[in-house]
Amino acid sequence: MATETMTINMGPQHPSTHGVLQLILELDGEIVVKATPHIGFLHRGTEKLSEHRTYHQVIPLTDRLDYLAPMSNNLGYVLAVEKLLGITDKIPERANTIRVIMAELTRIKSHLVWLATHALDIGAMTVFLYCFREREEIIDIYEKISGARMTSNYFRVGGLSEDLPEGLVDDIRKFTESMEGHLETYEGLLTGNKIWQKRTIDVGYISGEDAVDIGLSGPALRASGVDWDLRRDDPYCNYSDFDFEVPTRTEGDTFARYKVRLDEMRQSARIILQGLDKLKPGPILADCPQVCLPPKKDVVNTIEGLIHHFKIVTEGFKPEEGEIYVGIEAPKGELGYYLVSDGSPHPYRMKIRPPSFVNLQALPQMVEGVLLADVIATIGTLDIVLGEIDR
Amino acid sequence: MTPEVLSLSNAPALWAAAMLAKILVAFSVLMGIVAYATWVERKVIGRMQTRLGPTMTGPKGLLQPIADGIKLFFKEDIIPNEASKFAFVLAPMMILAPALISMAVIPFGNAYEFTFQGVTYLVPLQITDLNIGVLFIMAMAGLGVYGIVLAGLASNSKYSLLGGIRASAQMISYELAAGLSIIAIFMLSETLSLSGIVAAQQQPLWGITAFPSWMHNWYIFSQPLAFGLFVVGSMAEINRTPFDLPEAETELVSGFCTEYSSMKYALFFMAEYANMVTISAISATLFLGGWDGPFPGVINFLIKVFGFMFFFIWIRATFPRLRYDQLMQMGWKVMLPLAIGNIVLTAVAVLLWQ
Repeated sequence: MATETMTINMGPQHPSTHGVLQLILELDGEIVVKATPHIGFLHRGTEKLSEHRTYHQVIPLTDRLDYLAPMSNNLGYVLAVEKLLGITDKIPERANTIRVIMAELTRIKSHLVWLATHALDIGAMTVFLYCFREREEIIDIYEKISGARMTSNYFRVGGLSEDLPEGLVDDIRKFTESMEGHLETYEGLLTGNKIWQKRTIDVGYISGEDAVDIGLSGPALRASGVDWDLRRDDPYCNYSDFDFEVPTRTEGDTFARYKVRLDEMRQSARIILQGLDKLKPGPILADCPQVCLPPKKDVVNTIEGLIHHFKIVTEGFKPEEGEIYVGIEAPKGELGYYLVSDGSPHPYRMKIRPPSFVNLQALPQMVEGVLLADVIATIGTLDIVLGEIDR
Repeated sequence: MTPEVLSLSNAPALWAAAMLAKILVAFSVLMGIVAYATWVERKVIGRMQTRLGPTMTGPKGLLQPIADGIKLFFKEDIIPNEASKFAFVLAPMMILAPALISMAVIPFGNAYEFTFQGVTYLVPLQITDLNIGVLFIMAMAGLGVYGIVLAGLASNSKYSLLGGIRASAQMISYELAAGLSIIAIFMLSETLSLSGIVAAQQQPLWGITAFPSWMHNWYIFSQPLAFGLFVVGSMAEINRTPFDLPEAETELVSGFCTEYSSMKYALFFMAEYANMVTISAISATLFLGGWDGPFPGVINFLIKVFGFMFFFIWIRATFPRLRYDQLMQMGWKVMLPLAIGNIVLTAVAVLLWQ
């Protein structure tokens, strides 16, 4: 009997391609023969746009890359610009600590959305809503800090846009302390669940060697037994002052990635609590008048302050000619910013290395020969965000 | 004077009136439960998932099923150009009809007694007491598969096709396990009539008279394994989570009903819930003594049916979905051998005790 394969067009409008990913699947019955991801449906030209903006004006663009983890994107960018300017050492202690706290909150937030959608894809609908309930609390914290719920735009070159509002430290502490209990709830619904184990163990396997070859990073890499975390191995901000572990597993399957991310949320909570204890009053902007805006009080009261503010807002600042690459451990993996300066107030070129883009490369290899249902699980476990893939 | 059972031969006009009344009541109650099962499901799952469920339409959202019905009724009815029209239209009817017909053989209460012109009649609260009732139900459940497979094939869409294929494989395998599991019941009851099976369960539990008088020898006590197999098997047969692979919305968009809209889609929706009610009623009759219990017959029956439906809803809020091959594996390698083993065990037990 002659049989032929069926080509199925999954996405860009499909409930579980996490946005606008398109997969051309070649199916033999329910078994995937070949998967070709097509991307670009969400391309907004972030990199090109930034060439016509001052360095400060680029920060809001980065919010919209990985829209589930805006603060991490901000952080990577401001760190790159600070390194380009050579003011990394001048960032005040308080600003650094708040950056770390917010980056880790963002990690929890991003992982919550990952767990929610991953579980929903596999059919566990309740976990989805539990995760979104907790995410809502983080979004509230975001709102109190920056006024925006998703596109926070909170970090600035040289520090932060403003200090934490009153009482927020207690909010963050309360939320972080409740996180362990919430994680146990999720684990209670999933980890021991036979169906969940059947759907995730040995699904979407990738070996540590292949993972390194493809360039995987973040939890996807650490679940394949490669112990690599930029927060520990190439510390930025003041991560070296914090005491935390890097969870790793060796199985390299979907269940391992699930466990790694859950453990990461626990470690993030640990880091946040340490950070809150570390917080001391102090400045939140570096003492670099040519880069940072003057305090509001000077702007409204003195003519020098007003001119200073005007110059920075209209002209921006001019880093010296040069190029720089800074990578940070974003929730989804290594997020890198490569900046080239020609001495003008605009970046000559900004290249972003989005973790999702690189991680997605592993998909065709991971889904070859598996069932259709596993494709969904694998997309979920890679934790991709199309905003950052298409940029 | 002993009451006579009302039948076509002793009082034809009365019998016809009683029959019509029974059909009307059973049908409208069933459709009412179907409509409000959607409301209950949304409310209950909402509570389990820290949501509220429908609240805006009427008090506590009670008018939501009606609003949904009206909305679907007024939607444009789209038949895809490439679809096979006749089969496409036929499929939703073919899936709803068997689900409703099965209710015809289920006894939902004790016989009702009344006096007319000096003669006392007994009306069995069951539309028809087929002596092959259980076989009839299995046959109807088998027909339901055709509706889904037809919908999948007729839509001429790839997702629907995959849904249809999944449905045919899944329903056939699980029907087998569910069907075999109730053979053990026939061995104990020695009848295929559902009212006979209910009557057979009205013995003192394990022959002990010390239990409360309503605690009867329901088959769940003597056949717990068959009960489990039947409930799981029938859950798979009616495509409830975790066996909702044919429509798995995160994989196949909406599976076999992807291309359906308007009332045709509503028919699928109604069929899903009608099937749920039917399966609950059958499980209650076969394993929980039907209308037997401490309250008046119909109330016992409804309590059991609602209990099962709550259980199905609860399961949906708790479990992820199985994968196609794992589903098949479970059906053929776990449930089928268990069902056959249970038959053998029951046969030996019946031989030894008699």
